[in-house]
Amino acid sequence: MSDPTGARTILPAGDGPSRTPAKGARMAAPGSTRPGTERRPGPGRRSPGSTTTQAAPTGRTGAARLLLGRDAVMIYLLLVVVFYACIVVPRFASPVTVGFLLLDVIPTLLIALPMTLVIISGEIDLSVASIAGLTSALMGVLWQAGTPIALVLVICVLAGLVAGAFNGVLIAYLGLPSLAVTIGTLALFRGLALVVIGDNAVANFPPGLTAFFTSKLGGTGIPTVMVGVVVLIVAFAVVLHFTPFGRGLFALGYSKEAATFVGIDVAQSKFLLYLATGTVSALAGIYWTLRYSSARSDNASGLELAVIAAVLLGGVSIFGGKGSIPGVLAGVLLIGTINYALKLDRVSEVVLIIVTGSLLILSVVAPTIPTALRRARHARRVRSAPLS
Amino acid sequence: MSLDSRSAAPVQPAAHPKPSPLGSFLKLRELPVILALVVLVAVTAAVNPLFLSQQGIKDLLLNATILMILAVGQTLVIITRNIDLSVGSILGLVAFGTGSVFVAAPELPIILVFLIGIAFGAVLGAVNGLLITIAKVPALVITLGTLYIFRGINNAWAGGTQYFAGERPDAFGNLSVDTVLGFPVITLIAVVVVAVVAVYMLGTRPGRDLYAIGSEPEAAKLFGIPVARRVLLAFVVNGALAGLAGILYASRFNSVGATTGTGLELDVVAAAVVGGVAIFGGSGTVVGAAIGALLLTTITSALTALRVDKFWQQAIVGILILAAVVIDRLAGARAARKLRIAEARNV
Repeated sequence: MSDPTGARTILPAGDGPSRTPAKGARMAAPGSTRPGTERRPGPGRRSPGSTTTQAAPTGRTGAARLLLGRDAVMIYLLLVVVFYACIVVPRFASPVTVGFLLLDVIPTLLIALPMTLVIISGEIDLSVASIAGLTSALMGVLWQAGTPIALVLVICVLAGLVAGAFNGVLIAYLGLPSLAVTIGTLALFRGLALVVIGDNAVANFPPGLTAFFTSKLGGTGIPTVMVGVVVLIVAFAVVLHFTPFGRGLFALGYSKEAATFVGIDVAQSKFLLYLATGTVSALAGIYWTLRYSSARSDNASGLELAVIAAVLLGGVSIFGGKGSIPGVLAGVLLIGTINYALKLDRVSEVVLIIVTGSLLILSVVAPTIPTALRRARHARRVRSAPLS
Repeated sequence: MSLDSRSAAPVQPAAHPKPSPLGSFLKLRELPVILALVVLVAVTAAVNPLFLSQQGIKDLLLNATILMILAVGQTLVIITRNIDLSVGSILGLVAFGTGSVFVAAPELPIILVFLIGIAFGAVLGAVNGLLITIAKVPALVITLGTLYIFRGINNAWAGGTQYFAGERPDAFGNLSVDTVLGFPVITLIAVVVVAVVAVYMLGTRPGRDLYAIGSEPEAAKLFGIPVARRVLLAFVVNGALAGLAGILYASRFNSVGATTGTGLELDVVAAAVVGGVAIFGGSGTVVGAAIGALLLTTITSALTALRVDKFWQQAIVGILILAAVVIDRLAGARAARKLRIAEARNV
């Protein structure tokens, strides 16, 4: 963020129009600190003049970093909630719980994976639930028209791929702001779902298949589908954390200019991300259809905000450049567990969304409190210090 | 988007000849959406003359009223480079609150109910604004959280209860039936709101400050603009307007309950975007946003009048939003190029 104008003149022309919303600019609370200055541990700020440049790595390293980081805290919190629920909530500690909890959480979990990558790269995708709805509608109509189920599934995944590619072209190659574009495609894809299936519902999917989607692995209560979900989780975690492409996404989220200079193909990376969200959303749509054995145009509507809430709760920064798959998993499961435990405990379902919202706000406000306190103390010291 | 031609013009007034009125009209950001609205209405009226009958116009305006007010409020927030996703929930809470006030105290003067509702909305908006400005966290995250919290409170408060129009005084319900000069009363309220806020944004110091904040928050701060206070103001006004919209909702629609206004937030943002408000702040007008809202709601009626399959409506709305985004980008690119050329000449 030091001198974007200097970088502008020499950027390749292809990236021309897409640079307006620089990273820190997205929806920032005005007056929030620049990325370079926020949340630096204490010793870095001695004199008021030296706020930006000195970036000595003063953070935790090694095991401490793993055990005390944001992700770890989320996982501890999840464990605490699970233990607490097991003790306090009757009937919570049983395989039935595991089964239903996971079945409920799978759509969010699936879409949260590519969404994590998208938000880390500094973009957003609001159209995911509409893509799932479109897939669901398509599935119903194709199946009713007598298409073999295998072909139906293939076409549905391809439809998701195409929908994702549409988003991707507009955002990555035309450089349009992703928030605005995906609000548009949110309406468009949901509208197409309506066009495809109208207000009909298709329910007569092959019983074998729908039974498979609600079946459990032996007596453990873990849904069979989880095997596939775990494979996807591992795949996304590996891509994000252990490949050059994944490291590039973090760089992209921090600064698009810098990422371009170190040789990351910004447009292509973003395009691939939107392909991934489209495809995985289609999988979630298929899952949704078969789990509830009902294909309707309004399936999964409103899921986009739930997914984003879970991802942000999982420690992904809305500005990009920060986040991890384990943290997001913990975030998704935390919301799922709390909701399920409260439901079992007969807390009325309507209070649940208050919990979700409060958690989300708390998760972003809480980390800023120590920084704010430190800044206030620092400001007081500066003011009281003699001018010399 | 911060390179908007209008925001750049005052920098070097001597270098440019004063643009002709026609030229500045053609460059108007709202022009595409006005054109789209005119073409839409003209085509529909040509095919189906009933569309522009007195009743038809009244329905159009009534349908647009609530979205217009919400879009105006949202525009203030978006111009400061923030966003408020909680407006649908605020509207729901206030609408249900209005219903309960009338049940609890049927003889309360209507004007007082309006004041209570607007104040309630303003308080909810202030919650958003304070969280965002004090904790310095992104508005998207905070208002996504309050979207859920306000909705949850609404659920907990209402439960299965719904208040129906019969439980409200006739005079209140008549606000959305009676017309003055052919305009429904609640639409006139909306028009007054649009006019007042438009003047405020154009001609007052705090209004201009909002644009400055959205163009470049850091520069605005260095310039001495009280950024946090102005952003808080935008959120409070937006909350108050969402509250007003909630009251009008209670007047216009038969029932208010736990789910009133669900999912409205993205429609509102869409209306603002269609009306030429740049999603990253710094440019756009409330008049544009209001026309955007009018266009979005008119499309629904127009498609019905044109006997287009009703299932196509939402898809067309989506295409419209995308078109607005593309047009905005093209206009921005043109303005940026002009600015570069002007700067090069000025060296």
